[in-house]
Amino acid sequence: MDAFLHQIFSGLANGCIYGSVALALVMIYQATHHINFAQGEMATFSTFIAWALIQSGWPYWGAFLATVAISFAGGLLVQRIILRPVERAPVLTNVIVFIGLLVIFNSLAGWIFEHTIKAFPSPFPQESLLRTRFFSAHEVGSIVVMLCVLFALYAFFRYTPIGLAMRAAAQNPDSARLVGIRVSWMLAVGWGLAAAIGAVAGMMVAPIVYLDPNMMAGILLYGFAAALLGGIDNPWGAVLGGFIVGVLENLLGAYVIGTELKLTVALVLIVGILTLKPSGLFGKHVVTRV
Amino acid sequence: MRNPKLLEVRGLRAAYGATQVLHGIDFELEAGRITALLGANGAGKTTTLRALCQTVRTSGSVLFDGEQLVGKATENVVRLGVAHVPDGRGTFTALSVEENLRLGAHVRRDKAAVARDIDKAYARFPRLGERRRQQAGTLSGGEQQMLAISRALMLAPKLLLLDEPSFGLAPRIVTEIFHIMRSINREDQVSMLLVEQNASLALDLADHAYLLETGRVALSGPSERIQHDESVRKAYLGY
Repeated sequence: MDAFLHQIFSGLANGCIYGSVALALVMIYQATHHINFAQGEMATFSTFIAWALIQSGWPYWGAFLATVAISFAGGLLVQRIILRPVERAPVLTNVIVFIGLLVIFNSLAGWIFEHTIKAFPSPFPQESLLRTRFFSAHEVGSIVVMLCVLFALYAFFRYTPIGLAMRAAAQNPDSARLVGIRVSWMLAVGWGLAAAIGAVAGMMVAPIVYLDPNMMAGILLYGFAAALLGGIDNPWGAVLGGFIVGVLENLLGAYVIGTELKLTVALVLIVGILTLKPSGLFGKHVVTRV
Repeated sequence: MRNPKLLEVRGLRAAYGATQVLHGIDFELEAGRITALLGANGAGKTTTLRALCQTVRTSGSVLFDGEQLVGKATENVVRLGVAHVPDGRGTFTALSVEENLRLGAHVRRDKAAVARDIDKAYARFPRLGERRRQQAGTLSGGEQQMLAISRALMLAPKLLLLDEPSFGLAPRIVTEIFHIMRSINREDQVSMLLVEQNASLALDLADHAYLLETGRVALSGPSERIQHDESVRKAYLGY
C-alpha cells in the first residue's frame, strides 16, 4: 500500500513538471493556434544558462530569477526576430520553423555546454522540513514553485491591463487592433512568458533527470499529452492534465507495462485524445449568441 | 459658418487581393458633424471604413486632423483618435461586458477618467450596467451593438466610424440607439461617419451625406437636400 501511495505522490510531482510544460504550450497555442515543438529545447537551453550561472558562483535563487528573466527576454526576441516574418504564413511553415528552432537550440546547447550529462542542484535540501513521508523535499518544493507560477500567471491575466489585452488579442486579433492593441507585441509577450515557464519547468526537472541537451525530449511529449488531455486552450486544464498524466504514467509504469514502455503512455494518450475527444477534458466552451 | 475639416479623403482606392473595390473616392468630414455614407450592397461602404482604419490594402490620401493615415498600422490610426464599430460588432465574446469596455480604453492612461467613462456608458445604456459581469457573447444583438458603440467611445475618440449600427436589430432598439448616437454627437462633440443601408434613418440623423455607387462617389450634399430631392431618392435610395 505504501509503495502504491508513493507511486501516486511521485506521479503528482512529475505531473507538476508536465503541467508547467503544458502551460507553456497552451500559452503560445492560445495566441497563435500553433504548438511550439521547440518548447522543450528552449527550456533545456534555459536550464543550461542557470547551470552556467550557478557554476560561476551565483546563489541558486539569484541564478533562478536571472534565468527566468533571460528566458523571458529570449522568448520575446525569438518571436520578434524569427516568428514575426511568418506570422501570416500557413501552419506548415510555422511547423517547419518550430522544428528548425528545436534543432538549433538542441545543437547550440550541445555545442556551448557539451553533451556530457551534468548534475543540477536542487534548492530544496533533502533533510529539510519540506520532506514528508511520501514526498521528497524536492518534489514538495517543485510543486510549490509551480503553484506559485500558476497563481502569478492567473493574477497577471486576470488583473493587469496587459494581461487583458493579451486575452483580447488571442481571442479576436482584428477587434484588438481596432482598440489600439499592438497584437504582434502581445504574441511576443506570450512567447516570453512561455519561455519563462519552460525555464522554471527545466530547472525543477533537471535535478531528477540530470541535465543534457536532450533532457526535455520525453518531458515535452508528456507535456503535450497533458495539454491535450486538459484541453489545449485551457491553462487550468493543462495543469490538471499534467497531474493526471504524471500519476497515470507512474502507475501504469509500475504495475502494468513496466518502466521501459512508460513513454508510450504519452503517445497512446495523444493519439487517443485526438481521435476520441479532441477538445480534451476541459476544452473551452464559449457560449455565443448571434 | 463651416466647421474645420476633420477628415479629407482624396483618391482613396482599396482592394481585396486582386479585386479593386474602391476606385478613387473623395470626400470630407466636418468636425463635430455626422456624415452618412449611403449606397447599395457592394457599393464599397464597409470597405471605405476599413480603408480609413487601414485594415485593407489602400492607396490614395486620407488626412485626419492633418495626419496622413494611409500606410499607418491600424493600431496607430486608432491611437490618433479614430474609433471603429466594425460590421459584426467586433465583440470580445468570451470576455465580460466590463472587460470589453476596459479594452476600449486600452490606449488611455488616465485611470480616473476611464472609470468615469465606464460609469457614463452604464448610465447611457443601463442594460449594460446590469450585465457588466456577464460574458459578452451571451448578450442579445441589440445589447451587443450598445456594447460595441460604448467600447468605441471608451477611446474618447475624435471620430467614430459606425458600420450599419441598425443591422439585424428590432426597430425599437434601432430608434433607441440612434437617439443616443445623436446625443453623443451633440453632448460629447464626437464626429461620426455613419454607414447605413437604411437611408431614411441615416439621413434623419446625419448632417451631410455621400452616395456611393460601385466604388465611386455618385452624389453628395446636405442630408435635407438629398432627402427631399425626389429624383435622387428614386434613383439611388429606392424609396
